[in-house]
This record gives sequence, structure tokens and C-alpha cells, in this order.
Amino acid sequence: MKVSVNVRNVVAALTVAGLLLLPLYTSLSGNTFALTLFTRIVIFALAAVSLNLIMGYGGMMSFGHAAYLGVGGYAVGILAFEGIGSGFIQWPVALAASALFALVIGALSLRTRGVYFIMITLAFAQIAYYIVSGLARYGGDDGLTIYKRSDFAGLIDLSNRVQFYYLCLACLFAGIYLVWRIVHSRFGLVVQGLRSNEARMQAIGFPVTRYRLVCFVISGTMCGLAGALLANNTDFVSPAVMFWTRSGDLMVMVILGGMGTLFGPVVGAIVYLVLEEFLSQLTEYWALIMGPLLLLIVLFGRGGIFGLLGRLNRG
Amino acid sequence: MADPLLCVENLVRRFGGIAATDNLSLDVHSGELHAIIGPNGAGKTTLISQLTGQLLPDAGSIRFAGRDITRLPAYRRSALGLARSFQITSLLPDFSALDNVALAAQAHDGHSFRFWGDARKEGHLRAAAVAALTRVGLERRADTLVSQLSHGEQRELELAVALATKPQLLLLDEPMAGLGVTESARMVHLLQELRREVTILLVEHDMDAVFALADRITVLVYGRVIASDVPAAIRGNAEVKRAYLGDAHAVTRHG
Amino acid sequence: MLLVVEQFLNGLQFGLLLFLLAAGLTLVFGIMDFVNLAHGSLYMMGAYFAATFVAWTGSFVLGIILALGATLLLGIVLEFVALRHLYGRDHLDHVLATFGLILFFNDAVRLIWGPAGLALSLPAWLTVPIQIMPGIFYPAYRMAIIAVALAVALALYILVMRTRLGMLIRAGASNREMIGALGINIKLLYTLVFGLGAALAGLAGMMQAPILTVQIGMGENILILAFVIIVIGGIGSIRGAFLAAIFVGLIDTLGRAFLPDLLRHVLSASNASTAAPALSSMLIYLLMAMVLVVRPEGLFPANRR
Repeated sequence: MKVSVNVRNVVAALTVAGLLLLPLYTSLSGNTFALTLFTRIVIFALAAVSLNLIMGYGGMMSFGHAAYLGVGGYAVGILAFEGIGSGFIQWPVALAASALFALVIGALSLRTRGVYFIMITLAFAQIAYYIVSGLARYGGDDGLTIYKRSDFAGLIDLSNRVQFYYLCLACLFAGIYLVWRIVHSRFGLVVQGLRSNEARMQAIGFPVTRYRLVCFVISGTMCGLAGALLANNTDFVSPAVMFWTRSGDLMVMVILGGMGTLFGPVVGAIVYLVLEEFLSQLTEYWALIMGPLLLLIVLFGRGGIFGLLGRLNRG
Repeated sequence: MADPLLCVENLVRRFGGIAATDNLSLDVHSGELHAIIGPNGAGKTTLISQLTGQLLPDAGSIRFAGRDITRLPAYRRSALGLARSFQITSLLPDFSALDNVALAAQAHDGHSFRFWGDARKEGHLRAAAVAALTRVGLERRADTLVSQLSHGEQRELELAVALATKPQLLLLDEPMAGLGVTESARMVHLLQELRREVTILLVEHDMDAVFALADRITVLVYGRVIASDVPAAIRGNAEVKRAYLGDAHAVTRHG
Repeated sequence: MLLVVEQFLNGLQFGLLLFLLAAGLTLVFGIMDFVNLAHGSLYMMGAYFAATFVAWTGSFVLGIILALGATLLLGIVLEFVALRHLYGRDHLDHVLATFGLILFFNDAVRLIWGPAGLALSLPAWLTVPIQIMPGIFYPAYRMAIIAVALAVALALYILVMRTRLGMLIRAGASNREMIGALGINIKLLYTLVFGLGAALAGLAGMMQAPILTVQIGMGENILILAFVIIVIGGIGSIRGAFLAAIFVGLIDTLGRAFLPDLLRHVLSASNASTAAPALSSMLIYLLMAMVLVVRPEGLFPANRR
């Protein structure tokens, strides 16, 4: 896998460098808010990377991806509530729960195509939302406070902002690397081929559903990790994290950044959340600007940011 | 004589009130090049779709290499050695020609639940792909994106993809569709070579090609077989001429 | 018994309201193949326009009529200025663009009308209970909703099945390229259909306003119900939307009414009171998931594309 010098790769490299050096900047400038903001951004970037795997590479437009943020988050929250504070138990449970959830939802949803797939994934996410809303023991609609972050027995202190940030960043980079390898592997080629032309892939001998399902599960599990990170970041988890509009946010990040590119979702998450933050400091009515901005991007900026960068390279 | 490679018996497929395939029976012998012709709407593509598993018949049976494949899913038929090309070119447009063929080879080289290694570096897959491309004359276009190939090259690529799955039977749905004179001649030449290696079932409108290539011809009208014989007999068959040309003066080819 | 009849009527009324919302959505989706997430925003704007015009004019009926006109106009302007450029694009582009519109409308409403919701009060003649059966009284306004919605449904049926415009709409739903080739002014047709959809959404919004709510974000919750309905009913099918909407309305209302009591037999009181609304809300999604698992293209798949 050769890496060539072009605009996209330069932007990706700069992004990586920037993210790595951020804590240095915040400790020098005293701007701790930036660290808080970017921790959140990095976590959502991981979620976006996981969604991009099934959406951008796999062609599966899932409108229920935020559900895994909830599953991962509630795994951590519920275990913490019941007295199990060790991250060594919480996080594997979060991953396993997300994988199981993705397996069930995927097995049912992948029978459908197109907009029906979009709708059924959305339905399942709403079902998850209402399930946790109905759990009185775990706070229902009000959510669940997490009094102590996941404990990793001294290996790493999650309540230390800088350490937590680097942990999130490590997870993000690991996620991107995993996606990179998957995409070039036999499995990845099959999944991309299925997006490209399902009938053709069947004709040459590939069974469709099992490959898509495995991809779906990998993606859900990765997002479950993001959910566990998010719960630790906010020290709180509530059903709101799974509402369908949050899935919409994730989709926007992926589409904005450039679907089917490795770093697109990262850049998309950064731009979307920074813009949201910046605009909301500018005016209370930031959506008045953000809304039409999204519309303009769709109308004129095909392929998202990385699509634009790709065209700059050629022209 | 050995059992036919492909044996279709009383196949029926209805769409609403219309029988697109109406009690169709057909044999394809191993090693032959068998052509299917018929006027538009005769149900040729519906037949192919049922043979490949894209469509399931309402009644009847299909046997391939001794096995009943009537209700077998499409991807399993490929594993048994049934390969097809599509009437409307159906390739993977964002992949290169080589990638398209290599994927076909990959499908028949064990499972693809490998998540780590670079598939494009698997030497034996690439070699098989290059071989198939060379067979159809596209080796110089290996790294070109499918979307940038000419129509004729795409038709040839369809053939290469089918070949890479090491088929026993090649189902070709109008391989000459949309080809100019030179490209058609190339395709006919290619098929003449391929027929020595693999059994071919060919659906075509191009009569010159059909009569030049076929060992046997089956004529389909309104989902039914009205004749199935050697080319000379088909040429002289009055019912066939009526079906194609109406009751007016039949056009005959001498020779 | 009274309770069952009352809840049944409530379910019918809710279902009809949902039908109005879903009909617009399925028309736009079926004909222009356009996924409009901002349909819920049009529903919200209808409610806000109604509350405003009723207060300005002092007349309920006049206010509603003006609000209908305003929503229709809003829909047409939206289509003309922005959305028509997205026809033929990927559904994802529609999702992204209309998602942006949702954000925009919510903040625009907050800017113009403030963060607290509005109230829309009914005139006296609509608040009297009507005796529909001996001993059973039902609020006049809810009867009015049922009547109006049924009338609109009938009008839609006549429009789609019996007029030239309707014929073009049905033709467009099954083969878009054809009607273009026939020389019909496609752009105008699409704009009209979108406007019609917007008006239907707005009507739903303003009709439920006196009973339920006029507030920011009210569209988001009900929009997915509308999507659920058109998926169950089959995209592009108005008949499917009608049947599915009634079904969904009944299930949702009856579920909410009787599930808490049922649950109290199995769970403790406090658990039941949290679980009941959640379970009732879930019912619809479970229903849709079940339908799709069995029939992945909805109950009445309309298209032949």
C-alpha cells in the first residue's frame, strides 16, 4: 500500500499532527476548553469512522448508528451503577453488547434494501432508545450519572484530562488503522464490491448477507467503544444519546467529510463540531447559519470535503 | 451419449397473467456452443435469469451437471461452475479491470473472511486475473477503471470475469449488444477460441454471429421453444421464419 | 366500555392526522423520489402559523385558512429555491440537506416566536361534547378532526384517481422519465406536488395544535412515525399510507391507554409507570420492523421502476 503525496494525504497528516500536539498547545496556552472540546470531537470521530465503514465502503446507509453509542455507554453506566467499576470488565462488556446488538439488528435489517434499510435501522435505534427510557432503575428519561470513570487499576487515569484525551486518540487511530487494513483485505474488497454491484458479486459466487453482516457487526462494535468513551467523558449517559437525530449528526459528519475515504469522517467530525461550537458562540441562533450551510454543501460540494480536496488535486 | 450438461424441463415463470416462460424444455450438451434466439419479448433474458438463480421459476426443473439447481441461490450456482455475462453490462465501475477479474478468482479461492492481508498482493489471484484478461485481449487495460473502458472493452471484460470463475458452462446474454462491426468480429473470434475449452449457452440477436458459431440453435417465441436443432435445419424451418418475419415472403440465406 | 370506544375514536383521529402527514411524505417520496426530513418542520410551521393567524384575526376558521395558505406558499418557495436542485441525487444528499433545514427551521422559529411554545385555543362552538351514541360523549373538536381528515382523504382519492393531475401523479410515481417525455411541464408538476405535501403537513400540524402542542422540535417526534407509516404502507402508495396510518394510530393510542394497566399486573407500580410509555412508544417500531422482516418492501409496494 503505497502512500502518495497529494492534497488529501497532506491534510490527513496535518490533522493527525494537530490532534497529537493539541495537549501541548492547551497546556502552554492554558486553554483547557479546547482539550475538552477536542476530546469530544475525537470520540465522535471514532463513531464516524465506524459508520463510514458500513456507509462509505459498504454502501449500507444505517440511520440507527447512534444506538451503539448508547449501548456502549449504558454498559459502562449500568455496570458502574451496580458497583462494577473496573474498565477491564466494563469495556469488554460494552464491546460484546454492541456486537450482539449489531448482530441481531443486522440479521433482521439486511433483508431490506435502500430506503427500507434506512428506515428499519432507524426503527431499531428508536426501539433501543425507548427500551432504556423505560428502565426506571437506570434513570429512564433522566439518564444515569456515572460517579467514577472506568478504573484501569493504575495503568491509566481516566479522570486525568490529558491521559484520557490520548486514550481516546489512541482508540481513534487504532480504529482508522483497522479500517485501513480491512478495506484492502479480501473481506474489504468483497464488501466494497457489494456496494458497487450486488448482482455482479452474486453472479461470481459471493453470498451477500453474511459479508455485510460481519461488516455491520465490526462497525457496531467500534461505535460501542466510542460509546464507552463518551460515557466516561460526560460522566453521564442518557437515552438522548441514541435519539435518531444523533444518528443524523453522525451521518452528516461522514457525508460532510467525504464518504469512503479514510480520514474523511475525522475531518467531517472536526469541522461539524467545531463549526457548531464556533457558531454557537457567535450567535444563539447558530443553526440559522449551519442549516443553510449544510444545504449549500450538498448542492455544491459533492463528495464532501475530501471529495473537494481530491478534485483540487486533479485540477 | 452422456447426460446433457444442462437440462431444463417444463420451466414455467409467470409475471401477473403473462407466462414469460411457458413450459420450456431445453438441453445443452457438454462441449457444444448452443445459441438461443427469438424475437423481442420471447423471454430469453427471463430464461437466463432463472438459469443463473436471479429469478426463481414457478414450476419445472433445472439440472446442471447432474444436480438439481432449480432453487439454488445464485452464488451457489457459480461455485458449481455456472458463469454468466449480463445483457446490460454489469461490472464494478469503481474498480479496475484487473480488480474485477481478481475478485471473481477470489470468489473461487476459499473464503474471504480475511481482514488483514492486502488482497491485491495475492500473487495467485492476480496471476489468474491477468491470464483471463490476456485471454480476451485486455491485458494492456488491466489497471484502467471500468468506468473508463469503452463499451466493447467492457463486454470483453464481462467475458474475462466469467472465465476467471473457471466455469463448466458459460451463459452469455447478448455479448454482442451494442458492439460495432470490428468489435463484433473480435468477439466472434474470441468465442470460437473459447468454445474449445468451455460449454457455451449464448443468447444473441446478431444472426451472422449465431449461424457462424452455433452447434445447435433453440428458437424461443412467447416463452416457448418452437424449434431446437442444427443451424441448417433452423434456417429452413418455416415456423421459425414466420415467427421472425411474419407470413410475408421469407428471407432465406443460401448456402 | 366507554373508555374503549373513546380510545378507539382517539386512535382513529390520531391515525387520520398521521395520514395527512404521511400522505404528503409518500407523495413527495413516490413521485420525486425525494426524502424530505424537513416534512416535520412544515408540520411545525403549520401549527405556528395557525396559532399566530388565529390570534391576529380573532377567528379560528379564518386563521386556519390563512395558515394553510402560508404553509402552501412556504412549501412552494422551499421547493423552488432549494430543493428542486436535489431531485435525482442520492437519497443521502436529501437526508443531509433536509437535516440542515430541520436545524434551520427550529432556530428560525425560536428567533421569531421565542423558545416557549404557543397556545392555540378553540372557539366555544368546538369545545362542546357531542353525543354520538346513547350515553357516550365525544369532544366536538376531535369529531371535527375526523371529519376534516376523512374529507381530505376523500378529496385526495378523487384527485389522484379521477383527475388529469392525479393521473399525471400516478404516472410519475411509476415512471418518471415517461411523463417528461410526454411533454408535461414536470417542474410545475413537482412544485405543485411538493406544495400539496407541505399543505397536508401544515394542516396536520394546525389540527393537532389545540389538543397537543405548538412547540419547537415537535416535528422530529412525529416525522419518524410518518416514515414508519409510509414504509409499512409501501412508498408512493396513498392507499397504503391510509391503512397503515389508521392501524398505527389505533395501536399507538390503544397501547398507551391500556398498556400501563396491563403492565401493572406484571411489574411494580413505579417500574410500570416508567416502562409503560416507553413500551407504548416502542410498539410502532416493533410493528414496522416485523412488517419489513416479513415483507421487505412494505405491504403495498407501489413502484415498478
